[in-house]
Amino acid sequence: MRALIVLWRLTLPSLLRGSAAIAPGERRDPAPSVWAYRYQRLMLTPVYRRLVHVGLPVGLVLLMGALWLASADHRAALATRVESIKDAVQERDAFMVTALEIAGADAALSAAIREVARIDLPVSSFDLDLDALRARITDLTAVRSAQVRVLPGGALEIAVVQRVPVAVWRYADGLRLIDAEGAMTGMIGERGDRADLPLIAGDGAKDAIDEALALFSAAAPIAPRVRGLVRMGERRWDMVLDRDQRILLPTSGAVAALERAIALQQAQGLLDRDVAVVDLRLGERPTLRLNPVALSSLRAQAAAAATPPPAAPIPEDH
Amino acid sequence: MRPLYETQRLMRGLRRAALQRGVIAILDLGTSKTACLVLRFDDAAAPRTDGVGPMAGQARFRVIGHAVTRSRGVRFGEVDSMGETERAIRTAVQAAQKDAQVRVDHVIVCLSGARPQSFGLHGEAEVEGPMVDGWDIGRALASCEVPDMGPGREVLHAQPVNWLLDHRAGLSDPRGQVGERLATDLHLLSVDGAAIETLLLCLKRCDLECAGIASSAYVAGLSSLVEDEQELGAVCIDMGGGSTGLSIFMKKHMIHADSVRLGGEHVTSDISMGLQVPMAVAERIKTLHGGVVATGKDDRELIPIGGDTGDWEHDRRVVSRTELIGIMRPRMEEILEEVRARLDLAGFDHLPGQSIVLTGGASLIPGLDGLAARILGRRVRMGRPLRVQGLPVAATGAAFSAAVGLTLFAAHPQDEWWDFEMPPDRQSARSFRRAVKWFKDNW
Repeated sequence: MRALIVLWRLTLPSLLRGSAAIAPGERRDPAPSVWAYRYQRLMLTPVYRRLVHVGLPVGLVLLMGALWLASADHRAALATRVESIKDAVQERDAFMVTALEIAGADAALSAAIREVARIDLPVSSFDLDLDALRARITDLTAVRSAQVRVLPGGALEIAVVQRVPVAVWRYADGLRLIDAEGAMTGMIGERGDRADLPLIAGDGAKDAIDEALALFSAAAPIAPRVRGLVRMGERRWDMVLDRDQRILLPTSGAVAALERAIALQQAQGLLDRDVAVVDLRLGERPTLRLNPVALSSLRAQAAAAATPPPAAPIPEDH
Repeated sequence: MRPLYETQRLMRGLRRAALQRGVIAILDLGTSKTACLVLRFDDAAAPRTDGVGPMAGQARFRVIGHAVTRSRGVRFGEVDSMGETERAIRTAVQAAQKDAQVRVDHVIVCLSGARPQSFGLHGEAEVEGPMVDGWDIGRALASCEVPDMGPGREVLHAQPVNWLLDHRAGLSDPRGQVGERLATDLHLLSVDGAAIETLLLCLKRCDLECAGIASSAYVAGLSSLVEDEQELGAVCIDMGGGSTGLSIFMKKHMIHADSVRLGGEHVTSDISMGLQVPMAVAERIKTLHGGVVATGKDDRELIPIGGDTGDWEHDRRVVSRTELIGIMRPRMEEILEEVRARLDLAGFDHLPGQSIVLTGGASLIPGLDGLAARILGRRVRMGRPLRVQGLPVAATGAAFSAAVGLTLFAAHPQDEWWDFEMPPDRQSARSFRRAVKWFKDNW
């Protein structure tokens, strides 16, 4: 300690006195050393200047950060801290969804949507994937389109436009409901469940649903007797009435042909007679097929009325 | 090292490169002070006001840094001690760089010593094409007979000062003119090669690249002679610390340069010896109280000399100003007589205009113009350097005329010998042509 004090007392005056004494009349005449000169020139070089003033501090900070992150504990701590801050922000009341509102859907569809959406309320709106939710809801057959949005106040609104079934399609696997676009909206167990809807059948029936609906509306005068429409060969319709009567309609102009048959019915009671098939496929030659009993009685009458020649038999086409 | 001729060519390239970079330094390495100016060349910065001309071509640059320091290690305008000279250069360049806040790599330097010697050369050549072009000029310059400059001498300046085309004399630029025989008068200034090599080596050791080298008498004339003096004929006497340079100008060209190896430091050493004081005190007395013309009042003006010998009597001496003038005047007279002799040798009497301009630090002694008029016997005026943009007030005095002249030299150097392409095959082509001529004449 004493040695230190002595050293300090020795050095202090020399520090205070500054550099070597200058002779009077002589000016102090310092010159930079070679290294001071080179250092100054280096620091005046723009690249080095920028390197030292910007690059060095930035590099130091990055280095310190990298060293700190080199430890796995630090990384984990940082990750949890980031997560907690993120959660704290996301779970504020302003961002929470507390209610689910479904608009435009009946009870069954609402249940189906709730089933599909699978949302555990309350949930943060950051965790909701609205696009995926909308895609899942739109995938439901009964939904035509859906809008999903988070309303202010924390409610998730799902507005759907439901498909309206217009016909029942009897298909291999059962009875399907189809809407005016031919899309299936659901299935029913028995025809009686939706007795109000007309019935169609046959392959490709749903693709020609427009024509089917037009035919059903044209058949309004004989509506009580109509059992349904059958698509034949994916190109034309047969209208099936009760008593196993059929009206065979052409590929094109089916509505006009049906109206013609209905006009015949209204004028002459065609369909009330013992006719099995009204074949309108050839417009210039509508053909009737009678039941065997009617045919035999017709033949007997004809034979009684006049001797031959008898009427030519109606060719059967199937 | 490579010959100075090629070095000068290299320096021209370096100067051009430095001007493109926009920053160049000026170093006036004198015997008593080293001045450094940093110039920024920027065409856009030139003020373009109506009615203001190009300001003698010095509006293109601006002085952005300035530093002066005491010279060390330079005697008679030549490098005497390289280490000390480097220190002086480093001090000046570092301070100027700090002032300008920019790093300079290229420096143009002037030196006053190295025993300059002038030669007048004459060369002529046939014009080959219909008009005079650069090749013809190069051949005319190449045909100059280089005089015997002596051992170890190098060419510092080689400037064509006059062109003759057939019988028309006094052309300033023959390029593009029609004629048959082109002749030129060349002013060649030779200096000691070793002095220049040493100076270049000093600069190199300070990490600076020399982009030009000039005689300080020449550049002092550039800055302190006005245009009509340069045109009609004048001599600029640059009275420096260790040597006094003189450059004779005619038709805006330097036609003669010489140097007297006497200067202000000799006056200081005279005072130092005469009054028994240190050089620093003598310098101070000279600058504060010096003069060359004594009046009756000067007997009563007593100057304390001072000193720190411890002898009370010795330290409190006083000297009258008359005594001081009595010491200074003979030396100044000697310098001016020497200049007079050199001017007579150069034939200054035959010039149409005979203005004499005194400049440089030693010319600031009061009353020198009267003394100079008595000895040189002509119209004498004191010269101050041209004002250039951004020059600090401290550097506008006569002591800085060489530094300011160097800035003008940096901006607009005179065309020199090495600026023109030499015909590479001048010997062989001539002999080949002679052979062809001989064949034509005989067959």
